[in-house]
Amino acid sequence: MQKRATFRNLWLASAFIAPQLLLVFVFFYWPTAQAAYWAVTLEPAFGGGNQFVGLENFRAVFADANYWASVGASLLFAVGCTAVAVGAALVLALFADRGLRGHRLYRFTFFLPYAVPAAAVGLTFRFIFSPDAGLLAGINHVVPGLWNPALDGNDAFVLVLLGQSWKMIGYNFVFLLAALQNLPRTTIEAAAMDGAGVLRRMWDLQVPLLTPTLFFLLMVNITDSFVDSFALIDVTTHGGPARATMLMVYKIYLDGFESKDYSLAAAQSMVLMALIIGLTVIQFRVVERRVHYR
Amino acid sequence: MSDIAIRGVRKSYGRIETVHGLDLAFGAGEFVVILGPSGCGKSTLLRMIAGLESITAGEIAIGGRVVNRLEPRERGCAMVFQNYALYPHMTVAENIGYALKVAGVPKAERLRRIAEVGRSIGLDGLLDRRPAQLSGGQRQRVAMGRAIIREPKVFLFDEPLSNLDATLRVQMRIEIRRLHDRQGVTSVFVTHDQTEAMTLADRLVVLNAGRVEQVGTPEEVYHRPASRFVAGFVGSPPMNVVDATAAGPDTVTFGGLQLTVPPHGLERGARLAVGFRPEDAVPTAQAAPDGPVAAIDLVEDLGALRLLRGRLGGADVVVQTAAGTRHGRGPLPLQIAPSAIHLFDAETGLRLAPRAVRAAAA
Ligand SMILES: Nc1ncnc2c1ncn2[C@@H]1O[C@H](COP(=O)(O)OP(=O)(O)O)[C@@H](O)[C@H]1O
Ligand SMILES: [Mg+2]
Repeated sequence: MQKRATFRNLWLASAFIAPQLLLVFVFFYWPTAQAAYWAVTLEPAFGGGNQFVGLENFRAVFADANYWASVGASLLFAVGCTAVAVGAALVLALFADRGLRGHRLYRFTFFLPYAVPAAAVGLTFRFIFSPDAGLLAGINHVVPGLWNPALDGNDAFVLVLLGQSWKMIGYNFVFLLAALQNLPRTTIEAAAMDGAGVLRRMWDLQVPLLTPTLFFLLMVNITDSFVDSFALIDVTTHGGPARATMLMVYKIYLDGFESKDYSLAAAQSMVLMALIIGLTVIQFRVVERRVHYR
Repeated sequence: MSDIAIRGVRKSYGRIETVHGLDLAFGAGEFVVILGPSGCGKSTLLRMIAGLESITAGEIAIGGRVVNRLEPRERGCAMVFQNYALYPHMTVAENIGYALKVAGVPKAERLRRIAEVGRSIGLDGLLDRRPAQLSGGQRQRVAMGRAIIREPKVFLFDEPLSNLDATLRVQMRIEIRRLHDRQGVTSVFVTHDQTEAMTLADRLVVLNAGRVEQVGTPEEVYHRPASRFVAGFVGSPPMNVVDATAAGPDTVTFGGLQLTVPPHGLERGARLAVGFRPEDAVPTAQAAPDGPVAAIDLVEDLGALRLLRGRLGGADVVVQTAAGTRHGRGPLPLQIAPSAIHLFDAETGLRLAPRAVRAAAA
């Protein structure tokens, strides 16, 4: 006897899964198909149907130095955010794991930022890091002009990087703390008996044993920095100053909705999609191959 | 090699006290077994000695030095855990050598000692494997090797054999005792298995609900159990204990039956518990008038001996007979030598000592 429910009535079964299928189709497959269509066609300047142009749009994208600059910025952004967000969360989790009272409340408060929409994060960070009114305005009193994300590209990049990291730290923290608390306690105690101090135990045992979780978080953080940084940038820097924070996802938006060049934007989003799919595949492979001890 | 002194040690988790004031002294080089049922506080005591658990009150001294405030690594103890607690991402060699690595022993010296220990515990060809690639018995050996290589002053074992199958358990038990006989390192071994306890111990500590019931050699504990609890816990099968009432200075009655016991200066009507070992109850052909008769309802043949199980005076009892005897189900008259009878106070559960001299004078 099978335990799972089976439907004889195909219509009933279809009715049950239809809403879900509809959602997936309308908000995922249809737009994806539409983008794929635009990516290989061109809209004539004076109306008429789209013309098929093959890989012409992609050629135009890859010939553009600005595009490659946005790729570079995105990669730097991904590496930077992931390093900061995972690294900081790891340190916090390692210390929180050492018998902290009320860690439930802790976990809840740490997780909250992840639930905050990126646009709200951006707004908050715009206030906090505003060069003349924000919390950081103080350093401009000491050294005038040291911090100004509106003019200095590096400052702007740091601003969005911190915003994105802040949003992810709590999420990473929750996963890492849960993983740490699932490590067998006696294994850590055995190391204590073997003479390893607190830091040594963290480095020799806890961090290596967290590898599966760390790999998972790496994947989530990189993907999130590629995709979810849009709202953050839209609210804070608009890709500027001087394209310093022009990430791939924001460039797609500008090219498509500001310059109205759907074809170019669609080609870029196809590339971004391929990149993310590729990353996911690679990381799952690595996770499966390398990161199993049991 | 160090002696261990435990003085008035208590342990509370929150408001619940689980260890209630232990006073124990283990001699240098002694093999001490702490025996008790699950949940009685054995692991807690061992972990307080190791430094993995804080001591709520009292003090513990190792080699004359009070260790209450010392980190585990400063106490000179090595511990073997029930679930092995190996480092899953390290090879067998790295597992065994980790303590040396932490201590900063040079690599060449380290490898030499790992190889040496690996040979001595029979892990020769397995040094490059990961724990996941080993059997339960081999993992247990790695855990042993990890303890041995440190040449500690004290070995602590927390039920190290519980996860092994019966054959392996006996084999490892023998190896642990041989190791101790060779090296003479003070060892504290925790178990709930009375066979393990009897075979391994120089001295036994029987623990019950966070209190010491008895301390003594296995022989003392077996032949003169200090309480009804110890009597019912030690021995395989354990002692039969039947509730009874004193009918005179040297007679007790239960369920309409009578039994003669050594003189204990008993007061008539006092409530007692009568204990006798399964091997001390001898089936007889001729029942004494009012003598004990067990109602046997199950016979277990163990090859070398036979166990007859049944009821006597309202309690479950076991009678052990030699192989080849043919007693079956049904009433079984028993003869129990007065010298083989143990009496316990019904209230306190404590052993009542015979008063041979006073009784003879009276
Ligand atoms: N960390 C803990 N928190 C609360 N109670 C505990 C903790 N560890 C053990 N106990 C309690 O202490 C008692 C003794 O436990 P333990 O020493 O592990 O028993 P044993 O090893 O003899 O089976 C048990 O009742 C157990 O529930
Ligand atoms: Mg235990």
